[in-house]
Amino acid sequence: MTVRRLAPLGAWIAVLGVAGAIAAGARYTADLSAFLPRTPSAAQQLLVDQLRDGAVGRVMLIAIEGGDAAARAALSRDVGTTLRADPRFAYIANGTDQGMERERRILFAHRYLLSPAVTPERFSVAGLRAAIEETLDLVSSSAGGLAQALLPRDPTGEMARLAEARLSEGPRPAIEGGVWASPDGTRALLLARTAAAGADTNAQEAAMQAVTSAFDAAAARLNAPQVRLRMTGAGVFAVESRAIIKREVARVAALGIALIAALLLWAYRSPTALLLGLLPVLTGALVGVAAVALGFGAVHGVTLGFGATLIGEAVDYAIYLFVQTGAVHGNRDTWLAEFWPTIRLGVLTSMIGFSALLLSGFPGLAQLGLYSLCGLAAAALFTRFVLPLLLPAGFRVRELVALGERLGRWRAAAGGWRWLVAALCAGAAVTLIAQRGALWASDLSGLSTITAEDQAYDGRLRADLGAADARYLVVARGGDEQEALRAAERVAKALQPLVAQGVIAGFDSPARYLPSDATQEARAASLPEPGELRIRLAQALRGLPLRADRLEGFIADAARVKAGARLRRADFEGSALGLALDALLVRRAGGWHALVPLRAPPAGPRAHVIDAALVRAAIAGSGALFLDLKTEANALYTGYLNEAIALAAAGVAAALLLLLLALRSAARVGRVALPLGAAVVV
Amino acid sequence: MRASRWLLAALLACALPARAATPWTLDQLLHGFAQTREAHSSFVEKKSVRVLERPMVSSGELHFSAPDQLEKRTLRPRPELLRLDGDTLTLERGERRLQLSLRGYPQAAAFVESIRGTLAGDRAALERVYRLQLEGSERSWALTLTPREPEMAALVARVRIAGRRAEVSVIEIEQANGDSTLMSVQRLPAP
Repeated sequence: MTVRRLAPLGAWIAVLGVAGAIAAGARYTADLSAFLPRTPSAAQQLLVDQLRDGAVGRVMLIAIEGGDAAARAALSRDVGTTLRADPRFAYIANGTDQGMERERRILFAHRYLLSPAVTPERFSVAGLRAAIEETLDLVSSSAGGLAQALLPRDPTGEMARLAEARLSEGPRPAIEGGVWASPDGTRALLLARTAAAGADTNAQEAAMQAVTSAFDAAAARLNAPQVRLRMTGAGVFAVESRAIIKREVARVAALGIALIAALLLWAYRSPTALLLGLLPVLTGALVGVAAVALGFGAVHGVTLGFGATLIGEAVDYAIYLFVQTGAVHGNRDTWLAEFWPTIRLGVLTSMIGFSALLLSGFPGLAQLGLYSLCGLAAAALFTRFVLPLLLPAGFRVRELVALGERLGRWRAAAGGWRWLVAALCAGAAVTLIAQRGALWASDLSGLSTITAEDQAYDGRLRADLGAADARYLVVARGGDEQEALRAAERVAKALQPLVAQGVIAGFDSPARYLPSDATQEARAASLPEPGELRIRLAQALRGLPLRADRLEGFIADAARVKAGARLRRADFEGSALGLALDALLVRRAGGWHALVPLRAPPAGPRAHVIDAALVRAAIAGSGALFLDLKTEANALYTGYLNEAIALAAAGVAAALLLLLLALRSAARVGRVALPLGAAVVV
Repeated sequence: MRASRWLLAALLACALPARAATPWTLDQLLHGFAQTREAHSSFVEKKSVRVLERPMVSSGELHFSAPDQLEKRTLRPRPELLRLDGDTLTLERGERRLQLSLRGYPQAAAFVESIRGTLAGDRAALERVYRLQLEGSERSWALTLTPREPEMAALVARVRIAGRRAEVSVIEIEQANGDSTLMSVQRLPAP
């Protein structure tokens, strides 16, 4: 071998090595961010934030099915205990912490700051009397146990108010054997929150494995082999999607390679030709992935999927070389002079076409553009400079003259069928125009690898748990935590009429757990000084069976708030309420977001759906944003699709322009482009 | 647990048939319960709470329908409805409606089961939960139920049911914390 031969070979091997190393170390993702424009709107950014690392993405629903109720309950307890000790989970709930003793203590200690009923009027003589009469009423009722126990310290019944506010928060899970269960009693339910973000698919997979091994260990320990485990949630879906995409890509790639290999083998009857024919594709694919990894930091699953089909055309390059080398009797220089320009033009038109994608505002499309551009360039360069060197001396592929003659005869015979081809094209074009709306299915679920059955199961578990379906959200924003909380309080006020009208069933808010400083101050200011409170109580209690001297605990608690005790975020640390707060009050680039999830009416004419226009009208002017995650995600995808179509058209135009420059004849360009156009249309 | 306490009282109050029998034994008392398919009574409840100067008084009606439907309808001072239907306990009070399944509360479920056992004349079921003691004569008897389980004893010290001849007149529940409820019951003709 001469140096002239070795140099390109060495360069190729070096490129393969480097590209392989980059591709092996690259990060592969499958989340929605590929569809996010480079300059997203606030709503779009919120959507992707929510899915990527919001609370929504971290929730995992776990169902235990089969066996008998006792076995399921025992397993739920056992799995819950194991997972609570696992640092991969921030929170595990399965109904065993029913009492929520810790949460109740926090609420009780801060009841005068938390209760929306605390106003100056409520602590006037008349207000106190009315509140205490109501509490005594409750004490005498069948449900009076708690009110009776708390009477000396909470005579105005603020805990009952707080419980009521929480009770109205939709249905609570049914209980069977002391743990959460579906209402029909066929499965035990656990709700987990992972420590890692929903978009961290590797961590989500590890969390799923932790659940599975905790379950398997518990099932073995309790000797309950007939009990099954099922998980759903955004993170679980991401893990499953990735596995499916991996499997599909591998399957499609294997199938494609097998088909091409079979064809090449049949045509050339030469394993060498087969191997050499696939080399440009493999080189191109590897370089393409490496280029995307370098250019974007992470490679998207969509890029791998679509890219593999685009790069497939590189197999043609080798075939041209084989066939045409034969035609010029193995003379490489003649080939370079006579046929290379044709291939070069083909490669350039393809590359120009794909380069339009690079301009896309969507990283997903831009990735595809870069992948195709670099991949095809690498494949072409490889075919031009390296592949000829690899051809064994005197390499000849089997002559396909016989096949060619047969095809030629068919072509002559087909002359009479031309009208059929024209009719087919016209028919296809008409169909396209008629169905252009439905052509690009703009529902994101069309792109999702999650089956309808999985989605329905997820919906069922959410309904069983009374968990929000996480579809509707109002986002109140502020420069700091306090501003965001005040914004959330304004939103809550604006939403209240919608609850009364039945437009929404209810909502949650971080300000419910942590009222803004302004609200806390106002509530503290509603409480009278201890001396004044004693005087008012003495008057309010006249004629009631309760003596003021029994209420020293109440007076002391009120005095503590009056003296400046305030509720802080740190007070919730490590409790279920703290987790709710972490999910609803989050720091984002440039400020704080208070999330107010809305619950759709559970029944009636507009069950499960919220009228976006009414909510937007209610919160108009508050600066808050209403977000329907499903609609927003679909809009995102539609935008992506529209841009893909526009760029494809631009790419075609650019390619045609190049052809025009090269061929210098509009008629010849037309003849070249027409078959392709007809093929696409059909 | 509060709900279950009065459930016992109410069931016992409803279940007692107006039927004389001699000699007076526990078995006969329980056998009488099993015969009742439907019962309707009025009640006056006096609840004594330590921090309050005088008892809270409420009144209303009780209704039992075999095998497992029971209603306590409070009319004064404020309307309220408590209903047990199978495993489901419902409380309606003003705008509020609370429903829960007894399956979720093993203690309450055991309580209710013991009552069902009573209604069925199943002495064994009742004795699993309480120690039973019958005193007095047919003209004036008193049945005392003392919880066996420490968990239940921590809430309910004892339940005393007193009757004149074959009718229940008083059900008294003493809580472990010293509070108590005294319910006077009067049979009403079937509505």
